[in-house]
Amino acid sequence: MTSTTYREAMRQALREALTRDERVFLMGEDVGRYGGCFAVSLGLLEEFGPERIRDTPLSESAFVGAGIGAALAGMRPIVEIMTVNFSLLALDQIVNNAATLLYMSGGQFNVPLVIRMTTGAGRQLAAQHSHSLEGWYTHIPGIRVLAPATLEDARGMLWPALLDPDPVLVFEHGTLYNMEGDLADGAGEVDIESAAVRRPGEDVTLVTYGGTLRVAMGAAEELSASGVEAEVIDLRSLRPLDTATFVSSVARTHRAVVVAEGWRSGSLSAEVSARITEEAFYDLDAPVARVCSAEVPMPYAKHLEDAAVPQVAEVVAAVHRLGA
Amino acid sequence: MTEAPAESVAGIRARGTEEPAPEAMRHLLEQMLRIRRFEERCVELYSSTAIRGFLHLAIGEEACAVGVLEALTPDDAVVATYREHGHALARGMTMRSVMAELEGKAEGCSRGRGGSMHLFDAATRFYGGNAIVGGGLPLAVGLALADHMQGRHRVTACIFGDGAVAEGEFHESMNLAALWGLPVLFCCENNFYGMGTALAYAESETDLALKAAGYHMPSWHVDGMDVLAVARTAREAAEAVRQGGGPHFLELRTYRFRAHSMYDPDRYREKSEIAEWKHRDPIGRLADHLRDIGELDDAALEALEGAVAAEVDDAVAYADAGTLEPVGDLLRFVTSEPGGGER
Repeated sequence: MTSTTYREAMRQALREALTRDERVFLMGEDVGRYGGCFAVSLGLLEEFGPERIRDTPLSESAFVGAGIGAALAGMRPIVEIMTVNFSLLALDQIVNNAATLLYMSGGQFNVPLVIRMTTGAGRQLAAQHSHSLEGWYTHIPGIRVLAPATLEDARGMLWPALLDPDPVLVFEHGTLYNMEGDLADGAGEVDIESAAVRRPGEDVTLVTYGGTLRVAMGAAEELSASGVEAEVIDLRSLRPLDTATFVSSVARTHRAVVVAEGWRSGSLSAEVSARITEEAFYDLDAPVARVCSAEVPMPYAKHLEDAAVPQVAEVVAAVHRLGA
Repeated sequence: MTEAPAESVAGIRARGTEEPAPEAMRHLLEQMLRIRRFEERCVELYSSTAIRGFLHLAIGEEACAVGVLEALTPDDAVVATYREHGHALARGMTMRSVMAELEGKAEGCSRGRGGSMHLFDAATRFYGGNAIVGGGLPLAVGLALADHMQGRHRVTACIFGDGAVAEGEFHESMNLAALWGLPVLFCCENNFYGMGTALAYAESETDLALKAAGYHMPSWHVDGMDVLAVARTAREAAEAVRQGGGPHFLELRTYRFRAHSMYDPDRYREKSEIAEWKHRDPIGRLADHLRDIGELDDAALEALEGAVAAEVDDAVAYADAGTLEPVGDLLRFVTSEPGGGER
C-alpha cells in the first residue's frame, strides 16, 4: 500500500495513459506551464513535452472541438476543462458534435475522446465555479459520464475511459483532490460499468456519487450508532446508470434516500428516484427521499454554502423520516 | 477568360494566371453541372415530398465547391456545412449515395440518419454536413492537429459561410489554428447573407479576409463565381498548407441564386440584385469561355448535359428503389458496436 491523494492518483493515471499510448495527449487551459489549475498535471509537461501536454487559449469550444476532431483522426485526446461551469462554453461541441457524430454518420465516425472537469461546491468559489451540472450531461445519449469518488477510481477510471471508442466525460469533485488514503501497489484499471456498494446494510439504501459519497458514508456511520444499518451505493457511472445495483439494494432494504449535490429539479437524483419507483415500487416501505442542494446559485459565505449543500445531519434526518 | 489574380490581403499573391488545359476546364464545367442539375432535381423531389426536412441549395455557388475540392488529394479531409451537396459530390461521393440520403434511405451516405444537412463519408474523409453554424471549425482544427502531431502532410479543408464569422467558434478556431500552425484551409463562402440578414447588418467589418488576416493567416479574396480563380487559388493555398505553411484563409465571394432554404420566401433581397449576380453564373461563364477558345460546341455541351442528366436519373432511381432502415435499428450507433450498449 502507498499513501497518496486523489490528485496524485489522477496524475498517476494520466502518466500511465501518456506512457502506454502515444496517441494520448492532454489539452486544456493551464495544464502545462501552470501545472493544472488544481495541480493535477503538475510535472507532466516536463515529462512528456509541450506537444502532448498542450496549454490552450481560453477557448473552450475550440479546444473541446479540436479534441473531437483529433479523436476522429486517430488520436486519443484527454481534454481538461477547469470547471463544469466553463464547460457550458463548449456545450455545443459536446452535445451537438461529440454525442451525435456516430449516429448522424450512420456509424462511420466514432469519437474516442475523454473530457475531464471539476464539479461541485465546498471551496467557497460562489455561483460560477461551484455547480454540479453533470446531471445535464447524463441527459445526453451517446456519451458516458463517470464520477470517480475514491482513490481507486481516480487512479483506475481513466484508462478504460480512453479505451472506450466513444466520448467519456469524467467529473472530479473539487473537494476530493486533497483526499488522502492508501492505494494498493499496482492499483490500476477499474470497471467503469457498474455501481459499487461502498458499505453494506439492511435498513436503508443511500444512493450517491462523487463529492457526496463522503456525506453518505458519514451519515451511515452515525445511523449505525443508533442501530440503523445503511447500505451506501456509489453510482460511479452516471450514464449509463447501473440501475440493477441500486434497485436490488432497495429491494432488500425497502427504503431509499438519494444524496446528490445537484439541484433536485430536473436532476440526476430525480432520474434515480424514478427508476426506483419504476422497478422497485412494490418493495418500498416508504417513498423515495432525496437530499440535494438548496435551489440557489451557490453562495460564497461559508455558512451559506454549507447550508446549501447536502450535510450528514440532513441525510440522517431524511432516513429517520422514512421510519428506519 | 480574363480574370484578375486573386487578391491577397496578408500574404503571398496567387502566382500565375495561366489557365488549365481545356480538358481540365471541361472537367470543372462537368462537376459544376453535376451539382447544378442534381440540386435542380432536388427542388422537384422536395415538391413531390420525396425529400423533406430542411433543404439548402447552393445553386449559383458551385464554383466554390468545385474549385476548392479539386485542390485536395484523397488523403485530405473535408468539413462542410449544411449547404454541402456540392462539396460531397465534388469530393467524389457518389450521386447515388447522396440522393439516397436525401430520400432518407438506408443506402444513403449516412444511412438516412442525417439527411441533407448531415452528409458523411469515411471513404473520402468527408466529416459532414454540420448544421450548427461555426460548429465545424473546431472539428477541422482537431483533424489538422492530429495530422500535425502524427507528422502527416495532409490538409483539412474547412468550408463555412459568412454567417459563421459572427460566431465565437470562428474566432477561437482561427486563433488556435494559427497559434499552433495547423494545416487547415479555411474556405469562407461569402454569399453576403446569413440566412436573411445581409452581411452589413451582421458584421462591423465586412471584409472577411481582412478579419482573417488579423490572425496572422495568409488570406485571399477570391471571385467565387469564377471556378478557375477558385481552383487556382485553392490549389496554391492547399499546397502552402500541406508544406507546413500553417492555416490559410480564402474568402470566396459568391451568391446563392435561390432562397436560403425551401422555407424561405426570400423577402430580404432585391430581384435586381439576384438578376445581376445571375449574369455571373459560374457555369455559363466557364461554358462561354470554352466556346470562345473553341473548346466547347453545342454538341459537346449537349452530350455533357445528357451524361449529367443520366447520372441524376440513375441516382434518383437508386434512391427511389432504396430501402428504409428497419425501426429495430433505431438505437444502433448511439454508441460504437460491438458491445457499445445503450448509453
